[in-house]
Amino acid sequence: METGTWKVKTGLAQMLKGGVIMDVVTAEHAKIAEEAGACAVMALERVPADIRAAGGVARMADPTIIEGIMKAVSIPVMAKCRIGHFVEAQALQAMGIDYIDESEVLTPADESHHIWKHDFKVPFVCGCRDLGEALRRIGEGAAMIRTKGEAGTGNIVEAVRHMRAVMDSISRLANTPQDELMTQAKEMGAPFELVLEVHKTGKLPVVNFAAGGVATPADAALMMQLGADGVFVGSGIFKSNNPEARAKAIVKATTHYQDAEIIAEVSKNLGEAMPGLDIKQIKPEELLASRGW
Amino acid sequence: MKIGVLASQGAFIEHINILSQLGVKALPVRLPHQLDGLDALVIPGGESTSISLLLQDNNLASEIQGLAQNGLPIMGTCAGMIVLANGISASPITSLGLMEISVRRNAFGRQRESFETQLSIPVLGENPFPGVFIRAPVIEDSNSNVEILCRLSDGSGVAARQRKLLASSFHPELTNDRRFHQYFLDIVAGKQ
Repeated sequence: METGTWKVKTGLAQMLKGGVIMDVVTAEHAKIAEEAGACAVMALERVPADIRAAGGVARMADPTIIEGIMKAVSIPVMAKCRIGHFVEAQALQAMGIDYIDESEVLTPADESHHIWKHDFKVPFVCGCRDLGEALRRIGEGAAMIRTKGEAGTGNIVEAVRHMRAVMDSISRLANTPQDELMTQAKEMGAPFELVLEVHKTGKLPVVNFAAGGVATPADAALMMQLGADGVFVGSGIFKSNNPEARAKAIVKATTHYQDAEIIAEVSKNLGEAMPGLDIKQIKPEELLASRGW
Repeated sequence: MKIGVLASQGAFIEHINILSQLGVKALPVRLPHQLDGLDALVIPGGESTSISLLLQDNNLASEIQGLAQNGLPIMGTCAGMIVLANGISASPITSLGLMEISVRRNAFGRQRESFETQLSIPVLGENPFPGVFIRAPVIEDSNSNVEILCRLSDGSGVAARQRKLLASSFHPELTNDRRFHQYFLDIVAGKQ
Protein backbone atom coordinates (compact mmCIF):
# COMPACT_ATOMS: atom_id res chain seq x y z
CA MET A 1 0.00 0.00 0.00
CA GLU A 2 1.72 3.18 -1.18
CA THR A 3 0.52 6.72 -0.45
CA GLY A 4 1.52 10.02 -2.09
CA THR A 5 2.26 8.48 -5.51
CA TRP A 6 2.26 10.56 -8.70
CA LYS A 7 -0.79 8.53 -9.80
CA VAL A 8 -2.91 9.45 -6.77
CA LYS A 9 -1.72 13.08 -6.88
CA THR A 10 -2.59 13.61 -10.55
CA GLY A 11 -5.59 11.29 -10.16
CA LEU A 12 -7.36 13.56 -7.67
CA ALA A 13 -7.06 16.41 -10.18
CA GLN A 14 -8.59 14.12 -12.82
CA MET A 15 -11.55 13.55 -10.48
CA LEU A 16 -12.06 17.32 -10.19
CA LYS A 17 -12.40 17.80 -13.96
CA GLY A 18 -15.56 19.31 -15.34
CA GLY A 19 -16.09 20.90 -11.95
CA VAL A 20 -15.88 24.24 -10.17
CA ILE A 21 -13.52 24.95 -7.27
CA MET A 22 -14.75 27.87 -5.18
CA ASP A 23 -12.86 30.25 -2.85
CA VAL A 24 -14.43 30.33 0.61
CA VAL A 25 -13.49 32.20 3.78
CA THR A 26 -15.94 30.69 6.30
CA ALA A 27 -17.53 27.31 7.05
CA GLU A 28 -20.87 28.83 6.02
CA HIS A 29 -19.47 29.79 2.60
CA ALA A 30 -18.03 26.30 2.25
CA LYS A 31 -21.45 24.74 2.84
CA ILE A 32 -23.05 27.05 0.27
CA ALA A 33 -20.36 26.00 -2.23
CA GLU A 34 -20.86 22.29 -1.51
CA GLU A 35 -24.64 22.55 -1.79
CA ALA A 36 -24.25 24.38 -5.11
CA GLY A 37 -22.22 21.45 -6.49
CA ALA A 38 -18.62 22.69 -6.14
CA CYS A 39 -16.18 19.79 -6.64
CA ALA A 40 -13.78 21.33 -4.09
CA VAL A 41 -13.27 24.51 -2.10
CA MET A 42 -10.23 26.75 -1.57
CA ALA A 43 -10.01 27.76 2.10
CA LEU A 44 -8.81 31.35 2.51
CA GLU A 45 -8.69 34.13 5.07
CA ARG A 46 -9.66 36.67 2.40
CA VAL A 47 -10.80 36.32 -1.21
CA PRO A 48 -8.36 37.77 -3.79
CA ALA A 49 -10.40 40.96 -4.33
CA ASP A 50 -10.03 41.75 -0.61
CA ILE A 51 -6.33 40.77 -0.60
CA ARG A 52 -5.83 43.17 -3.51
CA ALA A 53 -7.71 45.93 -1.68
CA ALA A 54 -5.90 45.37 1.63
CA GLY A 55 -2.36 45.41 0.19
CA GLY A 56 0.54 44.55 2.52
CA VAL A 57 1.85 41.00 2.87
CA ALA A 58 -0.66 38.21 2.24
CA ARG A 59 0.23 34.91 3.92
CA MET A 60 -1.17 31.40 4.43
CA ALA A 61 -4.56 31.54 6.18
CA ASP A 62 -4.94 30.98 9.92
CA PRO A 63 -5.15 27.16 10.42
CA THR A 64 -8.27 27.65 12.58
CA ILE A 65 -10.13 29.01 9.55
CA ILE A 66 -8.88 26.19 7.32
CA GLU A 67 -9.77 23.49 9.87
CA GLY A 68 -13.25 24.96 10.36
CA ILE A 69 -13.82 24.67 6.62
CA MET A 70 -12.38 21.13 6.50
CA LYS A 71 -14.85 20.07 9.22
CA ALA A 72 -17.81 21.76 7.52
CA VAL A 73 -17.72 19.93 4.17
CA SER A 74 -17.07 16.45 2.77
CA ILE A 75 -15.60 17.62 -0.57
CA PRO A 76 -11.84 18.17 -1.02
CA VAL A 77 -10.41 21.29 0.63
CA MET A 78 -7.48 23.16 -0.90
CA ALA A 79 -5.45 25.97 0.67
CA LYS A 80 -2.83 28.44 -0.53
CA CYS A 81 0.76 28.88 0.54
CA ARG A 82 3.17 31.58 -0.64
CA ILE A 83 5.40 30.89 -3.63
CA GLY A 84 8.59 29.28 -2.30
CA HIS A 85 7.30 29.03 1.30
CA PHE A 86 7.81 25.32 1.82
CA VAL A 87 7.20 25.58 5.57
CA GLU A 88 3.69 26.94 5.05
CA ALA A 89 3.24 23.97 2.69
CA GLN A 90 4.55 21.57 5.35
CA ALA A 91 2.04 23.01 7.83
CA LEU A 92 -0.82 22.62 5.34
CA GLN A 93 0.20 19.01 4.69
CA ALA A 94 0.35 18.32 8.44
CA MET A 95 -3.23 19.61 8.74
CA GLY A 96 -4.34 17.11 6.09
CA ILE A 97 -5.33 19.61 3.41
CA ASP A 98 -6.22 17.80 0.16
CA TYR A 99 -4.42 20.07 -2.35
CA ILE A 100 -1.92 22.92 -1.87
CA ASP A 101 -2.05 25.94 -4.19
CA GLU A 102 1.41 27.54 -4.36
CA SER A 103 -0.17 30.83 -5.29
CA GLU A 104 0.80 34.20 -6.70
CA VAL A 105 -2.28 35.63 -4.95
CA LEU A 106 -0.23 35.57 -1.73
CA THR A 107 2.98 37.60 -1.42
CA PRO A 108 5.93 35.48 -2.65
CA ALA A 109 8.36 34.26 0.01
CA ASP A 110 11.06 33.52 -2.56
CA GLU A 111 11.53 35.47 -5.77
CA SER A 112 13.84 32.90 -7.40
CA HIS A 113 12.66 29.46 -6.36
CA HIS A 114 9.36 27.68 -6.22
CA ILE A 115 8.77 24.80 -3.80
CA TRP A 116 10.27 21.40 -4.69
CA LYS A 117 6.87 19.76 -4.68
CA HIS A 118 8.01 16.16 -5.22
CA ASP A 119 8.97 16.09 -1.52
CA PHE A 120 5.33 16.24 -0.45
CA LYS A 121 2.64 13.54 -0.18
CA VAL A 122 -0.09 16.11 -0.68
CA PRO A 123 -0.43 17.26 -4.31
CA PHE A 124 0.14 20.84 -5.52
CA VAL A 125 -1.57 23.06 -8.07
CA CYS A 126 0.37 26.02 -9.52
CA GLY A 127 -0.48 28.94 -11.78
CA CYS A 128 0.97 29.59 -15.23
CA ARG A 129 0.84 32.18 -18.01
CA ASP A 130 2.24 29.99 -20.76
CA LEU A 131 3.37 26.45 -21.51
CA GLY A 132 6.96 26.99 -20.39
CA GLU A 133 5.82 28.12 -16.95
CA ALA A 134 3.38 25.20 -16.73
CA LEU A 135 6.11 22.68 -17.56
CA ARG A 136 8.56 24.24 -15.08
CA ARG A 137 5.99 23.81 -12.31
CA ILE A 138 5.20 20.24 -13.38
CA GLY A 139 8.94 19.54 -13.40
CA GLU A 140 9.04 20.68 -9.75
CA GLY A 141 6.18 18.32 -8.96
CA ALA A 142 2.93 20.22 -9.52
CA ALA A 143 0.24 17.57 -10.15
CA MET A 144 -2.25 20.11 -11.50
CA ILE A 145 -1.93 23.42 -13.36
CA ARG A 146 -4.19 26.43 -13.60
CA THR A 147 -3.96 29.67 -15.52
CA LYS A 148 -2.95 32.63 -13.39
CA GLY A 149 -5.37 35.03 -14.99
CA GLU A 150 -5.52 38.17 -12.83
CA ALA A 151 -7.13 37.21 -9.53
CA GLY A 152 -9.59 39.48 -7.78
CA THR A 153 -10.44 41.56 -10.85
CA GLY A 154 -13.61 39.87 -12.12
CA ASN A 155 -12.00 40.38 -15.54
CA ILE A 156 -11.54 37.25 -17.67
CA VAL A 157 -9.11 38.79 -20.17
CA GLU A 158 -5.88 37.55 -18.57
CA ALA A 159 -7.18 34.00 -18.02
CA VAL A 160 -8.13 33.91 -21.72
CA ARG A 161 -4.68 35.17 -22.70
CA HIS A 162 -2.96 32.52 -20.56
CA MET A 163 -5.20 29.64 -21.67
CA ARG A 164 -4.76 30.54 -25.35
CA ALA A 165 -0.99 30.80 -24.86
CA VAL A 166 -0.84 27.32 -23.30
CA MET A 167 -3.13 25.68 -25.88
CA ASP A 168 -1.37 27.36 -28.85
CA SER A 169 2.04 26.21 -27.64
CA ILE A 170 0.77 22.65 -27.14
CA SER A 171 -0.52 22.41 -30.69
CA ARG A 172 2.67 24.00 -32.02
CA LEU A 173 4.87 21.54 -30.08
CA ALA A 174 2.81 18.61 -31.32
CA ASN A 175 3.70 19.68 -34.87
CA THR A 176 7.35 20.60 -34.25
CA PRO A 177 9.88 18.25 -35.88
CA GLN A 178 11.84 16.26 -33.31
CA ASP A 179 15.18 17.91 -34.18
CA GLU A 180 13.78 21.32 -33.18
CA LEU A 181 12.45 20.25 -29.76
CA MET A 182 15.64 21.01 -27.80
CA THR A 183 15.62 24.58 -29.09
CA GLN A 184 11.96 24.86 -28.17
CA ALA A 185 12.77 23.62 -24.65
CA LYS A 186 15.56 26.21 -24.39
CA GLU A 187 13.33 29.04 -25.61
CA MET A 188 10.45 28.10 -23.32
CA GLY A 189 12.74 27.46 -20.37
CA ALA A 190 11.03 24.11 -19.93
CA PRO A 191 12.41 20.67 -18.98
CA PHE A 192 13.24 18.78 -22.19
CA GLU A 193 11.58 15.51 -21.07
CA LEU A 194 8.28 17.32 -20.59
CA VAL A 195 8.59 19.13 -23.92
CA LEU A 196 9.11 15.72 -25.53
CA GLU A 197 6.07 14.32 -23.73
CA VAL A 198 3.83 17.18 -24.91
CA HIS A 199 5.20 16.71 -28.43
CA LYS A 200 4.30 12.99 -28.34
CA THR A 201 0.90 13.17 -26.63
CA GLY A 202 -0.36 16.57 -27.83
CA LYS A 203 -1.54 17.43 -24.34
CA LEU A 204 -0.34 18.53 -20.91
CA PRO A 205 0.74 15.67 -18.64
CA VAL A 206 -1.56 16.97 -15.87
CA VAL A 207 -5.01 18.53 -15.56
CA ASN A 208 -5.26 22.25 -16.41
CA PHE A 209 -7.96 24.46 -14.85
CA ALA A 210 -8.84 28.08 -15.61
CA ALA A 211 -8.47 30.65 -12.83
CA GLY A 212 -8.20 34.38 -12.26
CA GLY A 213 -11.16 36.54 -13.27
CA VAL A 214 -14.10 34.15 -13.69
CA ALA A 215 -17.25 36.05 -12.64
CA THR A 216 -20.16 34.71 -14.71
CA PRO A 217 -21.51 31.39 -16.01
CA ALA A 218 -20.51 32.49 -19.52
CA ASP A 219 -16.94 33.19 -18.32
CA ALA A 220 -16.73 29.62 -17.00
CA ALA A 221 -18.09 28.13 -20.24
CA LEU A 222 -15.73 30.34 -22.29
CA MET A 223 -12.72 28.92 -20.46
CA MET A 224 -14.03 25.37 -20.90
CA GLN A 225 -14.49 25.91 -24.63
CA LEU A 226 -10.94 27.26 -24.82
CA GLY A 227 -9.73 23.94 -23.41
CA ALA A 228 -9.81 24.22 -19.60
CA ASP A 229 -10.51 20.97 -17.73
CA GLY A 230 -12.44 22.85 -15.03
CA VAL A 231 -12.71 26.24 -13.36
CA PHE A 232 -11.60 28.02 -10.19
CA VAL A 233 -13.85 30.85 -9.07
CA GLY A 234 -12.25 33.14 -6.53
CA SER A 235 -13.95 36.39 -5.65
CA GLY A 236 -16.59 35.91 -8.36
CA ILE A 237 -19.11 34.09 -6.18
CA PHE A 238 -18.97 35.60 -2.70
CA LYS A 239 -18.35 39.14 -3.99
CA SER A 240 -21.55 38.97 -6.07
CA ASN A 241 -24.89 39.88 -4.53
CA ASN A 242 -26.48 36.41 -4.80
CA PRO A 243 -23.74 33.83 -4.11
CA GLU A 244 -26.06 30.77 -3.89
CA ALA A 245 -27.68 31.37 -7.28
CA ARG A 246 -24.42 32.38 -8.97
CA ALA A 247 -22.56 29.36 -7.60
CA LYS A 248 -25.22 26.95 -8.90
CA ALA A 249 -25.33 28.72 -12.27
CA ILE A 250 -21.55 28.54 -12.73
CA VAL A 251 -21.57 24.81 -11.87
CA LYS A 252 -24.28 24.13 -14.47
CA ALA A 253 -22.57 26.26 -17.10
CA THR A 254 -19.33 24.34 -16.55
CA THR A 255 -21.04 20.96 -17.08
CA HIS A 256 -23.06 22.16 -20.08
CA TYR A 257 -20.34 24.43 -21.47
CA GLN A 258 -21.18 23.58 -25.08
CA ASP A 259 -24.93 24.13 -24.68
CA ALA A 260 -25.70 27.81 -25.34
CA GLU A 261 -29.37 27.46 -24.41
CA ILE A 262 -28.54 26.18 -20.95
CA ILE A 263 -25.90 28.88 -20.48
CA ALA A 264 -28.44 31.56 -21.45
CA GLU A 265 -31.02 30.05 -19.09
CA VAL A 266 -28.74 29.82 -16.05
CA SER A 267 -27.44 33.37 -16.62
CA LYS A 268 -30.88 34.89 -15.94
CA ASN A 269 -31.63 36.91 -12.80
CA LEU A 270 -28.36 36.34 -10.98
CA GLY A 271 -28.21 39.91 -9.69
CA GLU A 272 -25.05 41.98 -9.85
CA ALA A 273 -21.76 40.24 -10.60
CA MET A 274 -18.69 41.29 -8.60
CA PRO A 275 -17.35 44.75 -9.49
CA GLY A 276 -14.76 44.40 -12.24
CA LEU A 277 -11.36 46.00 -12.73
CA ASP A 278 -9.78 47.07 -16.01
CA ILE A 279 -6.34 45.43 -16.09
CA LYS A 280 -4.87 48.60 -17.69
CA GLN A 281 -5.84 50.60 -14.59
CA ILE A 282 -3.73 48.35 -12.34
CA LYS A 283 -0.14 49.47 -11.74
CA PRO A 284 2.34 46.94 -13.17
CA GLU A 285 3.85 46.28 -9.72
CA GLU A 286 0.37 45.38 -8.43
CA LEU A 287 -0.27 42.68 -11.02
CA LEU A 288 -0.41 39.28 -9.30
CA ALA A 289 0.26 37.21 -12.44
CA SER A 290 3.85 38.48 -12.74
CA ARG A 291 4.77 36.94 -9.37
CA GLY A 292 6.71 33.69 -9.81
CA TRP A 293 8.51 32.83 -13.07
CA MET B 1 -22.55 -1.79 -28.66
CA LYS B 2 -23.22 1.79 -27.50
CA ILE B 3 -22.32 2.83 -23.96
CA GLY B 4 -23.03 6.18 -22.34
CA VAL B 5 -20.67 7.73 -19.83
CA LEU B 6 -22.24 10.22 -17.42
CA ALA B 7 -20.40 13.47 -18.10
CA SER B 8 -21.79 15.83 -15.44
CA GLN B 9 -18.42 16.07 -13.70
CA GLY B 10 -15.34 13.92 -13.11
CA ALA B 11 -13.08 11.54 -15.02
CA PHE B 12 -15.48 10.66 -17.86
CA ILE B 13 -12.97 11.09 -20.71
CA GLU B 14 -10.81 8.33 -19.20
CA HIS B 15 -13.74 5.87 -19.37
CA ILE B 16 -14.65 6.96 -22.90
CA ASN B 17 -11.04 6.41 -24.03
CA ILE B 18 -10.84 2.91 -22.55
CA LEU B 19 -14.23 1.84 -23.92
CA SER B 20 -13.22 3.14 -27.36
CA GLN B 21 -9.99 1.13 -27.18
CA LEU B 22 -12.11 -1.95 -26.40
CA GLY B 23 -14.03 -1.37 -29.62
CA VAL B 24 -17.19 0.10 -28.10
CA LYS B 25 -18.92 3.30 -29.14
CA ALA B 26 -18.78 5.48 -26.01
CA LEU B 27 -20.71 8.75 -25.71
CA PRO B 28 -20.92 11.44 -23.02
CA VAL B 29 -24.31 11.80 -21.31
CA ARG B 30 -25.34 15.14 -19.81
CA LEU B 31 -29.06 15.29 -20.67
CA PRO B 32 -31.87 12.69 -20.50
CA HIS B 33 -32.32 12.37 -24.30
CA GLN B 34 -28.69 11.21 -24.55
CA LEU B 35 -29.73 8.03 -22.70
CA ASP B 36 -31.81 6.90 -25.69
CA GLY B 37 -30.66 3.67 -27.31
CA LEU B 38 -27.81 2.95 -24.90
CA ASP B 39 -26.78 -0.63 -24.12
CA ALA B 40 -25.16 0.39 -20.83
CA LEU B 41 -24.11 3.36 -18.70
CA VAL B 42 -20.92 4.19 -16.81
CA ILE B 43 -20.90 6.58 -13.85
CA PRO B 44 -17.31 7.78 -13.47
CA GLY B 45 -15.17 8.87 -10.57
CA GLY B 46 -15.47 12.50 -9.61
CA GLU B 47 -16.96 14.36 -6.68
CA SER B 48 -20.06 12.44 -5.58
CA THR B 49 -21.85 15.52 -4.20
CA SER B 50 -21.39 17.40 -7.50
CA ILE B 51 -22.44 14.40 -9.59
CA SER B 52 -25.54 13.65 -7.50
CA LEU B 53 -26.67 17.30 -7.56
CA LEU B 54 -26.26 17.48 -11.34
CA LEU B 55 -28.21 14.19 -11.63
CA GLN B 56 -31.20 15.82 -9.94
CA ASP B 57 -31.30 18.34 -12.81
CA ASN B 58 -33.52 17.72 -15.81
CA ASN B 59 -34.88 14.42 -14.35
CA LEU B 60 -31.67 12.62 -15.30
CA ALA B 61 -31.76 10.62 -12.04
CA SER B 62 -35.32 9.33 -12.47
CA GLU B 63 -34.67 8.45 -16.13
CA ILE B 64 -31.62 6.40 -15.14
CA GLN B 65 -33.55 4.71 -12.32
CA GLY B 66 -36.29 3.73 -14.76
CA LEU B 67 -33.81 2.32 -17.28
CA ALA B 68 -31.96 0.38 -14.57
CA GLN B 69 -35.24 -1.18 -13.41
CA ASN B 70 -35.69 -2.37 -16.99
CA GLY B 71 -32.27 -4.02 -16.91
CA LEU B 72 -29.84 -1.37 -18.19
CA PRO B 73 -26.34 -2.46 -17.06
CA ILE B 74 -24.52 0.25 -15.09
CA MET B 75 -20.91 0.44 -13.88
CA GLY B 76 -19.90 2.94 -11.21
CA THR B 77 -16.35 3.68 -10.09
CA CYS B 78 -15.58 5.49 -6.81
CA ALA B 79 -18.07 8.40 -6.85
CA GLY B 80 -20.06 6.24 -9.29
CA MET B 81 -20.30 3.52 -6.65
CA ILE B 82 -21.54 6.06 -4.08
CA VAL B 83 -24.18 7.29 -6.53
CA LEU B 84 -25.35 3.68 -7.15
CA ALA B 85 -25.59 2.73 -3.45
CA ASN B 86 -28.86 2.66 -1.55
CA GLY B 87 -27.14 3.56 1.72
CA ILE B 88 -24.49 6.21 2.37
CA SER B 89 -23.40 6.72 5.96
CA ALA B 90 -23.34 10.27 7.36
CA SER B 91 -23.84 12.04 4.07
CA PRO B 92 -26.41 14.42 2.60
CA ILE B 93 -26.11 12.89 -0.89
CA THR B 94 -29.23 11.82 -2.77
CA SER B 95 -28.11 8.68 -4.56
CA LEU B 96 -29.80 6.61 -7.25
CA GLY B 97 -30.26 3.82 -4.67
CA LEU B 98 -29.98 1.05 -7.26
CA MET B 99 -27.52 -1.31 -5.55
CA GLU B 100 -28.20 -2.90 -2.18
CA ILE B 101 -24.94 -1.76 -0.63
CA SER B 102 -24.13 0.68 2.16
CA VAL B 103 -21.02 2.72 1.54
CA ARG B 104 -18.89 5.05 3.61
CA ARG B 105 -17.42 8.04 1.76
CA ASN B 106 -13.75 9.01 2.23
CA ALA B 107 -13.39 5.79 4.20
CA PHE B 108 -9.58 5.88 4.32
CA GLY B 109 -9.36 9.59 5.18
CA ARG B 110 -8.27 12.60 3.17
CA GLN B 111 -6.05 12.87 0.07
CA ARG B 112 -2.92 12.28 2.19
CA GLU B 113 -4.27 8.74 2.76
CA SER B 114 -5.03 8.04 -0.93
CA PHE B 115 -3.01 5.01 -2.07
CA GLU B 116 -2.14 2.41 -4.67
CA THR B 117 -2.14 -1.32 -3.98
CA GLN B 118 -2.35 -4.65 -5.84
CA LEU B 119 -5.77 -6.31 -5.59
CA SER B 120 -6.90 -9.89 -5.88
CA ILE B 121 -10.12 -9.99 -7.94
CA PRO B 122 -10.89 -13.67 -8.71
CA VAL B 123 -13.41 -12.91 -11.50
CA LEU B 124 -10.62 -11.12 -13.42
CA GLY B 125 -8.21 -14.05 -13.19
CA GLU B 126 -5.13 -14.78 -11.11
CA ASN B 127 -2.99 -11.76 -11.92
CA PRO B 128 -3.31 -8.92 -9.40
CA PHE B 129 -5.25 -5.82 -10.49
CA PRO B 130 -3.75 -2.34 -9.93
CA GLY B 131 -5.96 -0.61 -7.35
CA VAL B 132 -5.89 3.20 -7.34
CA PHE B 133 -7.82 4.55 -4.33
CA ILE B 134 -8.40 8.32 -4.21
CA ARG B 135 -10.38 9.60 -1.22
CA ALA B 136 -12.15 6.32 -1.83
CA PRO B 137 -15.34 4.87 -0.35
CA VAL B 138 -15.76 1.29 0.95
CA ILE B 139 -18.74 -1.04 1.09
CA GLU B 140 -19.71 -1.42 4.75
CA ASP B 141 -22.67 -3.69 4.31
CA SER B 142 -24.53 -5.44 1.51
CA ASN B 143 -27.62 -7.51 0.82
CA SER B 144 -27.36 -11.22 -0.13
CA ASN B 145 -28.20 -10.26 -3.75
CA VAL B 146 -24.81 -8.58 -3.93
CA GLU B 147 -21.62 -10.45 -4.74
CA ILE B 148 -18.54 -8.81 -3.21
CA LEU B 149 -15.84 -9.27 -5.88
CA CYS B 150 -12.88 -7.91 -3.93
CA ARG B 151 -11.95 -7.22 -0.33
CA LEU B 152 -8.94 -5.51 1.22
CA SER B 153 -6.98 -7.42 3.88
CA ASP B 154 -9.10 -5.75 6.61
CA GLY B 155 -12.21 -7.28 5.05
CA SER B 156 -13.74 -4.07 3.63
CA GLY B 157 -15.48 -4.58 0.29
CA VAL B 158 -14.07 -2.55 -2.60
CA ALA B 159 -15.79 -4.09 -5.65
CA ALA B 160 -19.26 -5.58 -6.02
CA ARG B 161 -21.78 -6.86 -8.51
CA GLN B 162 -25.55 -7.11 -8.29
CA ARG B 163 -26.93 -8.69 -11.47
CA LYS B 164 -26.05 -6.14 -14.19
CA LEU B 165 -24.75 -3.49 -11.82
CA LEU B 166 -21.00 -3.32 -11.18
CA ALA B 167 -19.20 -1.03 -8.75
CA SER B 168 -15.68 -0.37 -7.49
CA SER B 169 -14.10 1.84 -4.82
CA PHE B 170 -10.98 2.14 -6.95
CA HIS B 171 -10.32 3.65 -10.40
CA PRO B 172 -9.76 1.10 -13.19
CA GLU B 173 -10.02 4.09 -15.58
CA LEU B 174 -6.69 5.44 -14.25
CA THR B 175 -4.76 2.26 -15.11
CA ASN B 176 -3.68 0.47 -18.29
CA ASP B 177 -5.34 -2.76 -17.16
CA ARG B 178 -8.53 -3.23 -19.21
CA ARG B 179 -9.89 -6.35 -17.43
CA PHE B 180 -12.40 -4.58 -15.19
CA HIS B 181 -13.96 -2.75 -18.18
CA GLN B 182 -13.87 -5.97 -20.23
CA TYR B 183 -15.68 -7.77 -17.38
CA PHE B 184 -18.39 -5.09 -17.53
CA LEU B 185 -18.67 -5.45 -21.31
CA ASP B 186 -19.10 -9.22 -20.80
CA ILE B 187 -21.94 -8.50 -18.36
CA VAL B 188 -23.54 -6.16 -20.92
CA ALA B 189 -23.20 -8.83 -23.63
CA GLY B 190 -24.73 -11.47 -21.32
CA LYS B 191 -21.50 -13.52 -21.29
CA GLN B 192 -21.07 -13.12 -17.53
